[in-house]
Amino acid sequence: MKKIEAIIQPFKLEEVKTALIAAGVEGITVSEVRGHGRQKGHTEVYRGHEYRVDLLPKVKLEMVVADSSVSPVIEALRAAASTGKIGDEKIFVAPIEEVIRIRNGEIGEAAL
Amino acid sequence: MNKFFPQGSAVVCLLGALLLPTLACAADDPAARMDALEAAAKSAQSAGDNAWMLTSAALVLLMTGPGLALFYGGLVRKKNILATMMQSFTMMAVITVLWAIVGYSLAFGAGSPFLGDLRYLFLNGVGAAPNADYAGTIPQQTFMVYQLMFAIITPALITGAFAERMKFSAMLLFMILWTLVVYFPMAHMVWGKGGFLNAFSGGAVPSFDFAGGTVVHITSGVSALVCALYIGKRVGYPESSTAPHSLVLSFIGACLLWVGWFGFNAGSALAASGLATSAFVATHFAAATAALGWMFAEWIENGKPSVLGGISGAVAGLVAITPASGFVKPMPALLIGFLAGLVCYFMVTVLKHKLGYDDTLDAFGVHGAGGTLGALLTGVFATNAVNDALKDASGKPAALGLVDGHTAQIVNQAIGVAIAWGLAIVGTFIILKIVDATIGLRVTKEQEIEGLDLVLHGEEGYTMES
Repeated sequence: MKKIEAIIQPFKLEEVKTALIAAGVEGITVSEVRGHGRQKGHTEVYRGHEYRVDLLPKVKLEMVVADSSVSPVIEALRAAASTGKIGDEKIFVAPIEEVIRIRNGEIGEAAL
Repeated sequence: MNKFFPQGSAVVCLLGALLLPTLACAADDPAARMDALEAAAKSAQSAGDNAWMLTSAALVLLMTGPGLALFYGGLVRKKNILATMMQSFTMMAVITVLWAIVGYSLAFGAGSPFLGDLRYLFLNGVGAAPNADYAGTIPQQTFMVYQLMFAIITPALITGAFAERMKFSAMLLFMILWTLVVYFPMAHMVWGKGGFLNAFSGGAVPSFDFAGGTVVHITSGVSALVCALYIGKRVGYPESSTAPHSLVLSFIGACLLWVGWFGFNAGSALAASGLATSAFVATHFAAATAALGWMFAEWIENGKPSVLGGISGAVAGLVAITPASGFVKPMPALLIGFLAGLVCYFMVTVLKHKLGYDDTLDAFGVHGAGGTLGALLTGVFATNAVNDALKDASGKPAALGLVDGHTAQIVNQAIGVAIAWGLAIVGTFIILKIVDATIGLRVTKEQEIEGLDLVLHGEEGYTMES
């Protein structure tokens, strides 16, 4: 099993969600986060006082999938989240040792 | 503030006659009939004036809460929103008590040219009967509660200067002393019977301040500057971000201020008169051009017209037109507003940063600067075509400002401005010294970083978990 963590542009969330469901992902967790990669922020001005805003709002999606699903899910994610411009952010993949369903104690891929 | 009361018109008399059943029995006696008509006309005018003045009083209270509380609350960081709103709200409570006990008397008792006396202590004798010295057609109690709303918002304006770092207890003591030492004397000098600056009551220096350019805005704005300089900058200012946490709240607050200001300025006619309408129009016009002035200045300089710029401009225009509102025609009102937008924009965005003081919410840049500009321009544009309450020796309406050919009025206005500045600087400095020496002014550095909402009030403005 692998955990796929994707940071995307907030306005792409709906498209990405639809694509992931189509690719067979059963559950995702979404959080609003702030960050930046190579893309830098912008400047805001309040009554002549300039503020540099480096950390921009992004959306983080987390999902755990079976090894066999990793490639198709990443493909679906990239296709839906990409605008081709700087600021599209990244996908991280990490191994998962165990999954336990709290309700009934199922473990492994059956719990996904 | 002045006494312009249109006499009951024929229509009002007729209406009164229709409503008065005793007329039938008095029909045979012309004298009794005239008396009855007069009484009916008076009562009709009094009802109209009183309805407008009670409405105005409510509108002026609306300016403090929620108007100013939202305007200021949105401009601070979210950890300080409750503490900031609480400061304005507390003025609604504490100044009311002070006013009831001694404030009204010190401001409006005849007394000396500089301070009232104790004739209205505990509101003794302030009831339904009008006080002809101030407003002859409404209950004195209406006049009293209307003036109270001005005494509430004035200290509340100062809280913008020391927002995000002052102890609540220190704020409370400071405001009580400040209202006693600065506000009551200034209100008496400008509006009180026999006041030193009261043009309509034989003041030694006859200056014009229709709704509080000197009494409210200069005193609060200049005191705000003294507070900002004395208390010092916020931790991390200006290096770390102190950007407003919700301009949405500030926007709602500013629009409520704009609406409430009709009570403030048009209500200062103290009657539902043509003068009230004139002040209403001048007020609205100045807010409009000031919003545009600030907005365009910012657009040209930064490339973007900001929301905060637009609403700050509107407030600046409302401040500047306050002393002039009952004396100027609509076109000068447009000009006064526009100039206020530009001048306050410069004060807040350029001069403040050059001088380096931390007037958190720009109480000085908007109220001090806008009030001073408005008070001086009143001397230029005041005209008896708008306000004929002041008579010359021959009983004709006196020339008011420069546009009436009365150049000397600008000097009178400048003296009024200087007195307001002087009283505010000296009074505020002494009171800050006293409060600093007794209970201390600032929260600790750690408390300031944690945020005043939690530290001072044990609450949070935004609790996402609930």
